Amino acid sequence: MKMNVERILATKCSSVVVVRPDDSIREALALLARHNIGALVVVDETNHPMGILSERDIVRGAARNEAIFDQRVDSLMTQEVIITSPTDDARLVARTMTEKRFRHLPVVDNGDLVGIISIMDVVRTQRDQYEGQVESLQTRLSTV
Amino acid sequence: MAKPGTSACPLRVAIIGAGPAGFYAAEHLFKQDRIIVEIDMFDRLPTPFGLVRNGVAPDHQRIKAVTRIFDRTATNPRFRFFGQVGLGRDITRAQLRDHYHQIIYTTGAPSDRNLGIPGENLKGSYSATDFVAWYNGHPDFRDYEFDLSQKRAAVVGLGNVAVDVIRILSRTPEELAQTDIADHALEQLRQSRVREVYMLGRRGPAQAAFTNPEIKELGRLDDVHVTIPPEEATPDSLSQQALEREDDRVGSKRIEILKEMASRQRAGQSRTIHFRFLVSPVEILGSSGRVRAMRLVKNELYATDMGTLRPRATDRLEELKVGLVFRSIGYKGLPLSDIPFNPKWGVILNEKGRVVEPESRKPVVGEYTAGWIKRGPNGVIGTNKPDALETVSCMLEDLEAGLTLKPSHQGSSDTETLIRRNRPDYFSYADWQRIDEIEREKGLHSGRPRVKFATVEEMAAALGR
Repeated sequence: MKMNVERILATKCSSVVVVRPDDSIREALALLARHNIGALVVVDETNHPMGILSERDIVRGAARNEAIFDQRVDSLMTQEVIITSPTDDARLVARTMTEKRFRHLPVVDNGDLVGIISIMDVVRTQRDQYEGQVESLQTRLSTV
Repeated sequence: MAKPGTSACPLRVAIIGAGPAGFYAAEHLFKQDRIIVEIDMFDRLPTPFGLVRNGVAPDHQRIKAVTRIFDRTATNPRFRFFGQVGLGRDITRAQLRDHYHQIIYTTGAPSDRNLGIPGENLKGSYSATDFVAWYNGHPDFRDYEFDLSQKRAAVVGLGNVAVDVIRILSRTPEELAQTDIADHALEQLRQSRVREVYMLGRRGPAQAAFTNPEIKELGRLDDVHVTIPPEEATPDSLSQQALEREDDRVGSKRIEILKEMASRQRAGQSRTIHFRFLVSPVEILGSSGRVRAMRLVKNELYATDMGTLRPRATDRLEELKVGLVFRSIGYKGLPLSDIPFNPKWGVILNEKGRVVEPESRKPVVGEYTAGWIKRGPNGVIGTNKPDALETVSCMLEDLEAGLTLKPSHQGSSDTETLIRRNRPDYFSYADWQRIDEIEREKGLHSGRPRVKFATVEEMAAALGR
């Protein structure tokens, strides 16, 4: 049974938290803490993703330089952004994320940033999909 | 005020929609041994079980057996069913908020997606989900008419609903007469002149959403020959690579099944199912206002950055002569009165089952959702169980944190008074059990699982009202 990214976004409606490249790491950290999330999407004036700033990026930056708070977001963000679309197959997305070690992917639909999904979201949705299939099979066996 | 969930003050929960998601949520709530829960389940139809009764095909009775599990939940003395009580029609959201601590919307996805092509509204072009509801005896669809005087029909889509519609159109009246298909549909299908049914998929055989057992079943129907153009039964090189790379055994098996079918010779069957892959309708052509043909474009597959194979139109067009078209490209959720809705995905705006405000994206205290109206129309019946579990976990967490509604009416008798006033002719679970018994009894006499009542009036009359 195929499942796509749209299914993951359907129950994840909190808006995507974005930052601008010239925002400070201080502002970015405040956003991460306030929304209790692990990554921010860095966008340009047209709301197009330019990069991802994750907890990891900040940890790495802090290990190099203790005075990171005033640094710009784009000095620490991961620039190579792989984006996904709502109709992408979740299984392929999971594979790409694990192979390339990306924990978060922005979701873009017709040029619009519509969400961000984490590897945890993908794995959880897949697990529920499999559990559902097992549930249906068990029901059929037990009601024969 | 004490937290609800005690025997002095039970947690009162309303579930709107008596389909699988609602029943799985109820089951899980009743499993909580540390809290006392009272559940009232509402449905706008007199009968429970949603798509299990009105969606699952009449010749797939084994899938319908899941209702025995739901029945167990319904026997809980703290469970009540209010059938024929519709949200926004017989009870309002405000009234629910004033009678319950928590509300779960499990109303499903009652509409379907359009093709969005010219000619879609011609006579003879129908929604497959309407046809499904009609042949399953859904009371709202009792008076729908489908022109089955045509010889050739096309079903657009490669999902299980498309396969169901094709099977129902292709079975002999004798086969159908052993099922619990609605009597009015059986009568119409007896007269049906449909002999050739085309299944049109925009993607290839390797991407089809139908399952292997369902496709095999099409090859075993009494009077049906299946054809597939050999070049369309063979996956293109991108699909072949994907099957190998992902070690996709189910997909490979499907190709094997289709190739075997493609190689069969006709053995005197009078009906034909034609599989067509990698084609999209671009226009439904009519004459005198009714369907006479479809214009199809041949697709090719390309891979996205993520590796998903998607169809893209080529410049090759063809015309397929058909007098009937059923679109079956997916169910669609509809907004419920003023409950926050996400039109893009066709779901209630929610975060893991908690309904959220459109602006602030903050949870709406006391309101939740589960099933198709929460996650979109996908998965099997069992998928609603983990889905409902996630929602119930949020509800329990919120209960623990004191985040519930504070209804001014606390007693279960208050709700009953309200419903008796708004909808005196509501159906209880006992009423449903009586209807169920009568339907089964009638079935026994004619060798069918049951004979369905297809109107609310007939159901009421059967109860002596």
